[in-house]
Amino acid sequence: MTTPFRMAAAAAMACALSLPALAETAPENTDPIVINAGELELPTAVPPPAHLDGAVPEIYSGWLFRDAATQVMQTDDFQNPGMIFVDQGITEWNTVEGAAEKSCASCHEDISVAMKGLRATTPKVNKDGVLWSVEDYVNDCRVNRMEAEALDWNGDRMKNLTAAISMQSRGMPVDVAIDGPAQPFWEQGKEMYYTRYGQLELSCSNCHEDHYGDWIRADHLSQGQTNGFPVYRLKDAGLVSQHNRFRGCVRDTRAETFAIGSDEFRALELYVASRGNGLPVEGVSVRH
Amino acid sequence: MAENVTPRVRVPKTASKDEVIQIKTLISHPMESGQRKDKDGNLIPRSIINRFHVTFNGTDVIDMTLEPAISTNPYVEFEAKVPESGEFVFTWYDDDGSVYEDKHSVEVS
Repeated sequence: MTTPFRMAAAAAMACALSLPALAETAPENTDPIVINAGELELPTAVPPPAHLDGAVPEIYSGWLFRDAATQVMQTDDFQNPGMIFVDQGITEWNTVEGAAEKSCASCHEDISVAMKGLRATTPKVNKDGVLWSVEDYVNDCRVNRMEAEALDWNGDRMKNLTAAISMQSRGMPVDVAIDGPAQPFWEQGKEMYYTRYGQLELSCSNCHEDHYGDWIRADHLSQGQTNGFPVYRLKDAGLVSQHNRFRGCVRDTRAETFAIGSDEFRALELYVASRGNGLPVEGVSVRH
Repeated sequence: MAENVTPRVRVPKTASKDEVIQIKTLISHPMESGQRKDKDGNLIPRSIINRFHVTFNGTDVIDMTLEPAISTNPYVEFEAKVPESGEFVFTWYDDDGSVYEDKHSVEVS
């Protein structure tokens, strides 16, 4: 009587062994991030957007994949080292510069009103049909309205400012448009996400879709969600912009990378953001 | 002169009599040690916060010397017993002579 079962078990085992390693590991618990002892709760796991079409069962904040000490730093704005840069970004917001003798605040006034929601919906297509990130909006204002020099995309001043802007959308779900004028950019980003780059022939999806939760060297892979950017990265003791992170990942596949602020990275930024549609903007998150 | 120096303090607004409360302080400051050299090989002059002093209603709470090995944005956390309502005064002293001050009141019920 036991023979058929054993055979079935053996067959199942053989089958399992010959399958490719579909090894993503879901986080054991998906508690929300509770900021400042209950002031704000940020969900860390939400149902995936429809366009993912079952590629992942749920979308997770990168916070879940970090160790406990790092997680705690993000739950208190006093402990979160990124908040120092947010303060500096707000100083930047109020700093008058350029021939027009204006600051951001001269036109936009209160950052908490004017910038609320911007981070949750960018990158987006502007009125001229060009895909813009938050950095593009900042530099457009600086050059055309403040008549000042554009800020370096990856420089401290820009990162401080984008951190301050991002904070104004904290808790709001990411909701980038992927249809209409945004569609061609989104398609381009999706193509990039699934394209293997570099000598190691790795696509974004190989790690962040197939293997999130698994070890990569001494750390856990996340789903590569961007809702926490700019992040305070302990390794760098400073803020990291999305494009800098993209560049780092592509470089690690031993490929020639795209430039920070390139059209390719804008398209990828849109596609990756759309994979996180529904997760809350975390303002300035803390990661390893 | 150090730029963007901003003190931040967290003190509970209320406490019960003789309660031991937790106080967190942080000041954004580069804390340049004076040991480093720039790319031309010249020593970058020391520029640190060298003293941190806290009083409560004029009484000393802590008074500490900070040394060059303390990293950027020094964070100091301590506990203090509050016998009565009053005001904490936090003072940081910079090498360049600047003094940064922050005040926080506690209501004792």
